[in-house]
Amino acid sequence: MLSYSLKRLGSAVPTLFFLITVAFFLIRIAPGGPFDSERALPPEIEANLAAKYHLDEHLVVQYARYLWQIARFDFGPSFHYLDWSINDLIAQGAPVSFTLGALALLLALVIGVPVGAWAALRQNRASDYTVMSVAMIGISIPNFVMAPLLILLFAVTLGWLPAGGWAFEPARMVLPVITLALPMIAYIARITRGSMIEVLHSSFIRTARAKGMPEKDVLINHALRPALLPVISYLGPAAAAILTGSVVVERIFTIPGIGSYFVQGALNRDYTLVMGVVILYGILIIAFNFLVDLIYAVLDPRIRYDESDA
Amino acid sequence: MSRIVFATVLSLVLIACGSDRNPDSPPQPASLMADPVDFEPDETGRPPESALASDQILHRGNAEEPQTLDPHLAQGVPALTILRDLYEGLTTTEPDGHIVPGSAAHWDISRDGLLYTFYLDPESRWSNGEPLTAHDFVWSWKRVVNPETGAGYGRMLAPVKNAEAILAGEMAVDLLGVEALSDSSFQVTLEAPTPYFLGLLTHPTTFPVYRPSLEAYGASHVRPGQLVSNGAYRLADWQVRAFIELVRNPHYRQAEQVIVEQVLYYPFEDEGTEFNRFRAGDLQWTYQVPSSQFRWLENNMSEALQVAPWFGTYFFGFNLQRTPFQDNQGLRQALNLAVDRDILTSSVTRFGEIPTHNLVPPGLPDYSPYVPETAEWTQAEREAEAQRLYQQAGYSQDNPLTVELRYNSSENHRRVSVAVAAMWKQVLGVQTRLINEEFRVFLQNRAMGRVTEVFRAGWIGDYQDAFTFLELFHSEHARNDSGYNNPGYDRLLGQIAAERIPALRRNLMVEAERMLLADQVILPVFVYVSKRLVDPRLQGWQENVMDHHLTRHMYLLKAEGKRIHGDSVVADTQGQPSRGNAEDTRTPR
Repeated sequence: MLSYSLKRLGSAVPTLFFLITVAFFLIRIAPGGPFDSERALPPEIEANLAAKYHLDEHLVVQYARYLWQIARFDFGPSFHYLDWSINDLIAQGAPVSFTLGALALLLALVIGVPVGAWAALRQNRASDYTVMSVAMIGISIPNFVMAPLLILLFAVTLGWLPAGGWAFEPARMVLPVITLALPMIAYIARITRGSMIEVLHSSFIRTARAKGMPEKDVLINHALRPALLPVISYLGPAAAAILTGSVVVERIFTIPGIGSYFVQGALNRDYTLVMGVVILYGILIIAFNFLVDLIYAVLDPRIRYDESDA
Repeated sequence: MSRIVFATVLSLVLIACGSDRNPDSPPQPASLMADPVDFEPDETGRPPESALASDQILHRGNAEEPQTLDPHLAQGVPALTILRDLYEGLTTTEPDGHIVPGSAAHWDISRDGLLYTFYLDPESRWSNGEPLTAHDFVWSWKRVVNPETGAGYGRMLAPVKNAEAILAGEMAVDLLGVEALSDSSFQVTLEAPTPYFLGLLTHPTTFPVYRPSLEAYGASHVRPGQLVSNGAYRLADWQVRAFIELVRNPHYRQAEQVIVEQVLYYPFEDEGTEFNRFRAGDLQWTYQVPSSQFRWLENNMSEALQVAPWFGTYFFGFNLQRTPFQDNQGLRQALNLAVDRDILTSSVTRFGEIPTHNLVPPGLPDYSPYVPETAEWTQAEREAEAQRLYQQAGYSQDNPLTVELRYNSSENHRRVSVAVAAMWKQVLGVQTRLINEEFRVFLQNRAMGRVTEVFRAGWIGDYQDAFTFLELFHSEHARNDSGYNNPGYDRLLGQIAAERIPALRRNLMVEAERMLLADQVILPVFVYVSKRLVDPRLQGWQENVMDHHLTRHMYLLKAEGKRIHGDSVVADTQGQPSRGNAEDTRTPR
């Protein structure tokens, strides 16, 4: 297990390096620069700004400089938010996105898995169809439609919840968490249902039932555990995505998370900001995929990462 | 089954949209519908204590997150708005935009208009209680023109002696024409008499910054706890992309006249979100309104909707360096005349924008723009002339012109561009290819001039003078994306800059605008309007063409009772209209 983990860690480094390299050069290829605006700067000032941010150096030199910087965990100054460094911006925004994302993830699991399992047990009955149709709608309604609807209903019309804005208080989190969780609930429910149905038809379940095992134990111990495997593999990348915030939800609820930086950073040509969030996202993806593999081993006795089995 | 689903969705949608569809019962929160109390203003036009709301906390929507709160580096209206609350320049503005003494109590101007001596208000202090001195201004202005600072608006100080050479790195910073005659008198020498100079001093680039803080903290001197300012408010908190909180500065020279205790600025990346927050009663002032909701706003929120002319022009530019518009003045004029501005503003933009055939917007106290002859024709006459010119240029229905119209991706620009293309098609038969580009790609293409033919443009005046528009078309101006290169026009601009007699200067500016319009460099469309929602209880502010609204003039009234109009509350003691009020870039995107 340990050697497997080390091996995975070792392969993460070149992956990240590749990601950084591609992202660094891709964002630089985009036309225009961070200091362009409708009001053109005098060429002298432009030259001074370029020198201040080392944009006048050869791209390869800049790349080397950047690698050396991030090796020391310094993601550099923001090109757009002049008073803040990327480390500042991510330190302020990441806790917000992580909190919202984690709550949404939790909500999605707590609702999605039982609903999916329940639908599987009622396969092809009316209740199954109803739940799955609602889930289909949950997947199909984009969050930029859902969020304003929720705001109009609960904030503007009923006045129960704030229309947006951010503070670490439950009332402000309810609507964004629901918006984030809805499509996930739907996905998880559908995946759980599908794999649960498959497992319920497999021979070891028939054996368990034939042995006279109580139905509750059959479902929870023997059926649900393997049925969760596809859900777990879905959760790896999904968790990385939801924890790094959502552009749409942040825009609509005015939440100062890091999701918007993926888009705003690119539009503003804030090179360092784009790199910062891309690297963070990359690390999370790698970490969660690794975690997923470990959980696999726990859930499925057939998977072992020992030397002998590997 | 599907009926259940359909019914569920339908009911959700109906609940959500119900508020928009039913004008009889708009579900307004109490705070918004409540009318402010009626009151008798005192001699200064202020309400008595008893009429004021007990909580003087103002929530203002403020578009995007400011790039910086360093007044010398800041660009864009959102940052400059906050900076006008935090800091104060030598001059400042009244609610109507009128220029009045700020940190400087009074000043002398030499007879030749080149030497300004400012005498600082003895009450002017920094927010930590230390006195504000002339040395602060000397140091700050040298910082602005120092090329190492990289001040985006460094050219605001261009009228000051040697400023341009220093900005270009050709001269030592110490040679800037500023001097502290004593702790309280600050002297400025100008290159040429600049009638709008006092107005420039309301621009944040000319504000003083607190040297000890800057030297101690470097770039982070603008963080809460480290930012020391000299305005009516000081920085209390700043959560990036969440809010910026200012509180009343007790050391401000007129602190006792400031009523709003606390002001929170919220950035909004989405205008619909800001609108919802206003409707929910979370904001008393919005930065903008959703452009698609005008009818609804007029019907349901007319008390809160505020629309006023603004000092900016929306236009299209012709690229004069490429075919088909190079050396083809007649063709440019044909396209210009074929556009019906009245239809564009009444049916497409629809917020009361003013149709125009000019570059310089109206509203300047000492400038009456040149009116092209064609502006007074009927649209039918313009179209007939357009067809004649079109044919003269060698095009016809059988041999139509094919042209590219380029704009940056935005729903509003798209709608205007589609309408213009349709008018060209209808009147002349022109085939237009619409191209939209992401903002920075668009800017780069426009500046390079290698692919553009007709492109969207716009300009909001930096200061209240026609020159801020006219100088854009100097052959060497960095934003002259048309590539207009007319030595006669450049010469006129040089004469304007050097002219000392106001009447002659005005004539030269009118002549310059006439020349530019006659050369058909641009296709002006409309004059911008500022549009926002304001809680009727928030008063003390007035519409002004530069769209500057300082929080220190404002106050929140108690709810209930009958409402009276802001105009009758604030006595207009100054007969003269506003002048020379430096503006910024609310980049017209």
